[in-house]
Amino acid sequence: MQRFTVPILLAALFAGLIGMSQGGMIDLYIQSVIMFMGINIILSSSLNIVNGYMGEFSCGHAGFMAVGAYVSSLLSVWLLTDDRVFGPAVLSPEFALVIFPLCLLGGAVAAALAGLLVAIPSFKTRDDYLAIITIASLYIIKSTIENISAIGGPRGFMGMRSTVVFMEDVIELPWMMIWIFICTVFTIWIIRRFVSSTYGKGIIAIRQDEVAAEIMSVNTNKMKVVAFMLSSGLAGLAGGLFAHVLGYVNPGAFGILKTTEIMVMVYLGGMGSLTGSVLSAVLFTLLMEAMRPLQIIKWVIVPLMLIILMHFRPEGIMGNRELSDIFPRLRRWIQFK
Amino acid sequence: MESLFQNIMNALQWGSFYSLIALGYCLVYGVLRLINFAHGDIFMVGAFIAYFTATFLMGMYTDFSFGLSNPMVLVLTIPITMILTAGVGVTIERVAYRPLRNKGAHRLYVVITALMCGLILQHANLAVLGASRRSFPDLVERSVYTIGGVTFTNLRVATILAAFLVFAMLYTIISKTRIGMAMRAISYDRFAIPLMGIPVATIVVITFVLGSSLAGLAGLLYSMSYPVLEPYMGAMIGWKAFIAAVVGGIGDIRGAFVGGFLLGFLEIMVVAFFPSTFRDLIAFSILLLILSIKPTGIFGMAQTTKI
Repeated sequence: MQRFTVPILLAALFAGLIGMSQGGMIDLYIQSVIMFMGINIILSSSLNIVNGYMGEFSCGHAGFMAVGAYVSSLLSVWLLTDDRVFGPAVLSPEFALVIFPLCLLGGAVAAALAGLLVAIPSFKTRDDYLAIITIASLYIIKSTIENISAIGGPRGFMGMRSTVVFMEDVIELPWMMIWIFICTVFTIWIIRRFVSSTYGKGIIAIRQDEVAAEIMSVNTNKMKVVAFMLSSGLAGLAGGLFAHVLGYVNPGAFGILKTTEIMVMVYLGGMGSLTGSVLSAVLFTLLMEAMRPLQIIKWVIVPLMLIILMHFRPEGIMGNRELSDIFPRLRRWIQFK
Repeated sequence: MESLFQNIMNALQWGSFYSLIALGYCLVYGVLRLINFAHGDIFMVGAFIAYFTATFLMGMYTDFSFGLSNPMVLVLTIPITMILTAGVGVTIERVAYRPLRNKGAHRLYVVITALMCGLILQHANLAVLGASRRSFPDLVERSVYTIGGVTFTNLRVATILAAFLVFAMLYTIISKTRIGMAMRAISYDRFAIPLMGIPVATIVVITFVLGSSLAGLAGLLYSMSYPVLEPYMGAMIGWKAFIAAVVGGIGDIRGAFVGGFLLGFLEIMVVAFFPSTFRDLIAFSILLLILSIKPTGIFGMAQTTKI
């Protein structure tokens, strides 16, 4: 029973979401809020690997998201649509359903490789110096994108919306919703498996004490590479989804403000708590949507709330506990491993 | 050759701004081990305070004029800006950082708080004053000198001189006075220092006063040279100054000073030889390279970890 509760719940949620959006019960606005919720869950839980579980301070997450967004949308535009820059489509639109996940994967792989840019200098440096490396890498990525005029430079890049349309032409379903759901579940699954495995516990050992971890035969360099690549790869996945939902990307969207947003979600949820990251991503998305009419004042209130939170509950909503630690009875129903 | 000297002159000016801001980062970091991410925005607030002080003294908001000449306005604006900006910095320290520190929270939370304070300063400014850009009044007559083909304005020379003067003063304070000794002591061992009867809270406040007033001075000088003020002006320059401080070796004010000028030189030289859009790309790549060769920065010392 224990093993099947979560899959059954997820399947029910999935069927409910798809059914409701297919049947027209939730309008496009609510659909897009749900989709951004999923993307934010991926972003916050993937940053949680580095900032929470590994205890480093990375501020460059939006950069990897940008890499994923650009690479996956370039792939999908190159392969599926007639474009001014890339010429006619390589494949016919019927293949959209097969190609799109491959494009997402391509984006994720490219972002993971970009993660090496941070991982390798991070071998020798620690905490504050690492913050700089990540900020510098964010600016390097952003500036590189801005300087390639073939992909629009600072004006941005569009055209991937038609991939989504092609998918809907093949089979009439809210495909973006489906893909975001699958990717979110995949992210949570892979992170949960990773950090609860014996191998992944090496990351938590690095947070506790790097030198001691090294002595206890944790290969810290390798762990750092794995953690950074996993984290940035998942961010790239989220970036690819983000680009295809919006149908437009520009480098300005992936700046420090975006990173700050992701960091707020991580620290709001609690460092090193997966359920905390999920909860805070959902809460934060709802909060941002609810405060949309306030416009600029929103950006005064949100930081203020976080400061107040830091004063009264500095460890975030969940601390470094999971849901099952707070409600032990849940263990009877759900397996948290 | 002449253009090289011209570029060096430009680089010295840019480096002065970076250095002045980086010194503030470095002071706070050295004493508290806290990356004060709000510092760039304190620089922005300093620029706005300078603007409002200068325009107020020139009689733009009141019916009667103070009857001050422009140079006199400048002479009064410098200390007022520095004092008021220091007030802002100390207020942030008092309201946001100190309660957390007293609770013994993990330093990462203080860093997040600092980041949020920066965001609040930016957006509160945008919400209160609106998005319209303001231009700083011309307080001094701009005179252009040409020596051997290199042209420079009096403002530029004043900026560079101010940076060096401030550094010299700061260095004297840190290395010669009792307050400086206390600051160095706190950065050496924060937990043993209260036992020696050193008032840590006071020293921290003094640190913030020094750092923020330098940011205020930088804001004033910057807005006199580039007279357009907007709420986001501090963000980018703040992050860059922080990077400069780290490359110099954060915690050592010589490092911050040198790092600021290094970044200024890098940026200006990149702009001189490449298209200007490559500025961030190349400058940051070089900084990344420096950090991977020398992970603790130019003047930084490797900290040994005890187990």
